[in-house]
Amino acid sequence: MKFLLKKDEMFSFMLPEFLVERRGDRCIKCRVCERQCGFGVHSYDEMSNTMRADEMKCVGCQRCAVMCPTKALIIRPHPSDYRPNANWTREKIQDLKKQAESGGVILTGSGCDKPYRIYWDHIVLNAAQVTNPAIDPLREPMELRTFLGRKHDKLEFAFDGGEIELVTELYPNVQIETPILFSAMSYGAISYNAFKSLAMAASEYGTLFNTGEGGLPKELRKFGKNAVVQCASGRFGVDPEYLNVAAVVEIKIGQGAKPGIGGHLPGEKVTKPISVTRMIPEGTDALSPAPQHDIYSIEDLSTLIYALKEATNYEKPVSVKIAAVHNVAAIASGIARAGADIIAIDGIRGGTGAAPKIIRDNVGIPIELAIASVDERLRREGIRNKVSLIAAGGIRNSADVVKAIALGADAIYIGTPALIAMGCTLCQKCHTGICNWGICTQDPQLSKRLNPEIASKRLVNLLKAWSNEIKEMLGAMGINAIESLRGNREMLRGVGLQEWELEVLGIKGAGE
Amino acid sequence: MKFYDLFLDFSRKLDELIPRIRVQGDLAEIDAKDLTHKEINDLIRYAVFEHNCNKIRLLNVVGQRYIGTRIFSRNPRKISVEIFGYPGNDLGAFLAGHKIVVHGNAQDGVGNTMDDGEIIVHGRAGDVVAMSMRGGRIMIRDDVGYRTAIHMKEYKEKVPVLIVGGTSQDFLGEYMAGGRVILLGLYSAKHRGRYIGTGMHGGIIYVRGKLEPWQVGREVGILELSSEDFKFLEKHVGDFCKEFGFNADEILGDKFVKLLPVSKRPYGKVYVY
Amino acid sequence: MRGFEKVHDACGLFGVIDRSGSRFDSDMVVTAMKNMKVRGNGLGGGFAAYGIYPDFKDYYALHVMLETSEVRKDVESFLEKNFDVVNAEEIPTNLEANVFRPPVFWRYFVMPKNDEGDDYVVSKVMEINTKIDGAYVISSGKNMGVFKGVGFPEDIAEFFLLHEYRGYMWIGHSRFPTNTPGWWGGAHPFNILDWSVVHNGEISSYGTNKRYLEMRGYFCTLLTDTEVMAYAVDLLMRKQGLPIEIVAKILAPPMWDQIDRMDEKSKKIYTALRITYAPLLINGPWTIIVARHGEMFGITDRIRLRPITSGEKGDLFFVSSEEAAIRAACGELDRVYTPMGGEPVVGRLYKFEKAERRSQRGEVFA
Repeated sequence: MKFLLKKDEMFSFMLPEFLVERRGDRCIKCRVCERQCGFGVHSYDEMSNTMRADEMKCVGCQRCAVMCPTKALIIRPHPSDYRPNANWTREKIQDLKKQAESGGVILTGSGCDKPYRIYWDHIVLNAAQVTNPAIDPLREPMELRTFLGRKHDKLEFAFDGGEIELVTELYPNVQIETPILFSAMSYGAISYNAFKSLAMAASEYGTLFNTGEGGLPKELRKFGKNAVVQCASGRFGVDPEYLNVAAVVEIKIGQGAKPGIGGHLPGEKVTKPISVTRMIPEGTDALSPAPQHDIYSIEDLSTLIYALKEATNYEKPVSVKIAAVHNVAAIASGIARAGADIIAIDGIRGGTGAAPKIIRDNVGIPIELAIASVDERLRREGIRNKVSLIAAGGIRNSADVVKAIALGADAIYIGTPALIAMGCTLCQKCHTGICNWGICTQDPQLSKRLNPEIASKRLVNLLKAWSNEIKEMLGAMGINAIESLRGNREMLRGVGLQEWELEVLGIKGAGE
Repeated sequence: MKFYDLFLDFSRKLDELIPRIRVQGDLAEIDAKDLTHKEINDLIRYAVFEHNCNKIRLLNVVGQRYIGTRIFSRNPRKISVEIFGYPGNDLGAFLAGHKIVVHGNAQDGVGNTMDDGEIIVHGRAGDVVAMSMRGGRIMIRDDVGYRTAIHMKEYKEKVPVLIVGGTSQDFLGEYMAGGRVILLGLYSAKHRGRYIGTGMHGGIIYVRGKLEPWQVGREVGILELSSEDFKFLEKHVGDFCKEFGFNADEILGDKFVKLLPVSKRPYGKVYVY
Repeated sequence: MRGFEKVHDACGLFGVIDRSGSRFDSDMVVTAMKNMKVRGNGLGGGFAAYGIYPDFKDYYALHVMLETSEVRKDVESFLEKNFDVVNAEEIPTNLEANVFRPPVFWRYFVMPKNDEGDDYVVSKVMEINTKIDGAYVISSGKNMGVFKGVGFPEDIAEFFLLHEYRGYMWIGHSRFPTNTPGWWGGAHPFNILDWSVVHNGEISSYGTNKRYLEMRGYFCTLLTDTEVMAYAVDLLMRKQGLPIEIVAKILAPPMWDQIDRMDEKSKKIYTALRITYAPLLINGPWTIIVARHGEMFGITDRIRLRPITSGEKGDLFFVSSEEAAIRAACGELDRVYTPMGGEPVVGRLYKFEKAERRSQRGEVFA
């Protein structure tokens, strides 16, 4: 804490965000909280034998509260507030003051936390009653296996003396055992241990993780067959082998948390191991430009799609990831016609390791509306089978997964849920490089808190739990294969939605 | 509405194309007239992996893309591709250590995200030459277009080099994170390119010929050359001159400047946490 | 639907003019478009040809697309009422060509009644397009015509038997739309009078440009941003009489930091242009080729987000998205050149070139 200012030094007018309550009757001054806090909130004053807290530094990550052996700590939003004002909220006043004191663009992490309508919570699912039997998923077969990639309009066979030969050569498709993939989170944005945990869990469960644009460390290339490798605007870590070990190559055009915005891994995060994987010198800013500079239009996208197909001998599906924006349906149609095999669409609530807050909270559209309109458009044009659709950004539980698939997705990407499974508490400080949970940091002291064996176990548990819940919901609907849910909007009804919203979602109102 | 896969649907099967190829020892000559983008690479692969050819000669190339992109293998054999004509976009994209020589002009995206190897163009090239290039060397005899060497990067011993005989249009070396660019300005008195090195945070650009300070991004400083720089230039400009028949001493005798980023972290102060 | 939905597309462009005025067939333009096949996706192709109707060169040649045969009667009675129609015939087509659901095309050589001129023709074209359901005038200039539709350009050329025409200037377009009404009228070139425009890219400033042009009496009904280009050029060049060198600086003005470095006179002119025509700054990635009798020009956005290359061989002048397409059409060239962003490349008939030089123009635009 600072009490003395130099002449001309600006005094900060900020209020603390969190209140640190230490219950004296429980605190044993073991100093665990002090060691656990990477932000330096807690300290021990030897003179007075007391624990102190600098609340200005507290981000509310709850690490100290969880680790405190006597549960002596309560961390909660700070009650101090300005005069109530529906227009000027505490957050808006604080942000403004922060900018007046720094002149900076406010960065943040994680996904948009503003109260745009969450359509998942206005959609209810169907269940079979009388006219159709529900299925008990624990005892009857229940299939979640999903194939991602382009499908043919029809198959051709040759009939040769009673033998039937498949003549059509299928397009490359990748098989996953549950329609849930881990979203792109690069090594650099997250710690090595967190990255490795995702790779291990995907490999164990039979699904895919996504490298983001941080490359794939050599020793993890053995997880290649479970990897979606990104080719993004910075082209970090992209070499021919990287492309060829992967299951899927993904061109990243945009991200739901920051549509139209590039990335920026600050130099201090480019540690030695990061520099090896990204193939840039240590300490250099890793700048990902806003656009891919070889893609300024749809035919340029087509150029890169086929460049990647050429580079991988047409053996892998190529995915294109875009942020959900206003003309997403038309854009998706163009992407399909440009030769993509998979389109991933990331909604406004998708997470990020770092983004300007003003972008995160104001640009893009909700994934529910985006996936519904894309699926509808592709069907109307008769090309829905030419691509697989992956919905991303804002999926919170298995019901959201089921609703996304019923709206038209083939599979979904989860980022934030996977992080939460590993320990994340959504403190939104990913961009600072400090993460007390060892996830979003390159500090070896912090990242070693995350044990890949244990974290991957947590992730596998999550996949297992959600998959079982999906089976329960499918069974209740009387469906025993995930493909019968895909685009099955009959299984959805809206509650509390306006006419235009029902129309975009392509669903009826409840009771209709 | 009809759906076309622009590459698969218009490409013939390899068997039909084999008459286009003439193998003599380890050289394969391919007549590229009317071949599609994919067909050329199919034939190159066939020559390299079925006939063990190390040299490919492509005739009558007009606009076909990705030449040389599909010869990645874990075996470190180096293939040499000689092109007569005008190859299309993304020539040598993701190039895995091979050599390409073009007798003619090239278009956009030469050496896009190239990993290693060499591309030599006896002519001019289009936009985004050497984009995100990470290793090897590209030599373009004449001018290049916009956004040359954008986001070129280096790591340890892998330092990509681009030599341009003429000049570049705007945004040369934008976001450049490493590597070396040499701009010789052989055909015009001054460079017209603007926004040179905006966002540059690594690597070096050497420029021969007149350059005004406003042509250069604010992330970049204009410096005098050191003896080490001259040694570097002697080698690469020397190779360039040998390849294209210029007099190296004359060129090296002229004034060069070097552009260096002022910071490895150009945007460190823009953001607040 | 609230508002409208805009078609996004991207493309391959090509144009060729014989500056001596000699006429030639469609071979070069079709070969060039075919060479750039992967820049389109088979959902749109088209051509404009100049000098193809010398026998009727003083009459407006209306190329009319008819979606049903019944609608022809409505069109013809409308034309009879407003024009003297000197010739009417169905445009010959090859129904074997690989194109998507072709409508019927007729052409009419007409002269407005009562000595009316260009503006009258424009208003009548707009009337047919907006009031007669199923009829659409795809070109309306004298001694020129547009041929376009849904298919790859070479297939469209085959459909319209393009090899039977001879013109001194041709432009071509291969389309890659991101949504697909499958509508023949949505293909390029877009034309009004003898102005034809082909376009590659997407206009980020579309909403701003469109609403400004609406204020000037142009209504964008075709759901494509290319229309904005056509109307902006018509407003600035035909109605306001500005030369392309100035129009280029309106559509793709220099950055303020460049203007700040200019001498006082230029600074004043460029500042005036930017503030007066601010709503016509065309932002985002684009290349266009614009043709009218006697000249053709190509230009890109000011930071050259879309490609352009021009070439010359003798009297021939080319503009193209890719150099290879010019090479495919013509082989060896005297010169190839790629202009800076926002810098127009112009190919003019020699006889026009002289006239242009005579007209005094501020040298800042030289």
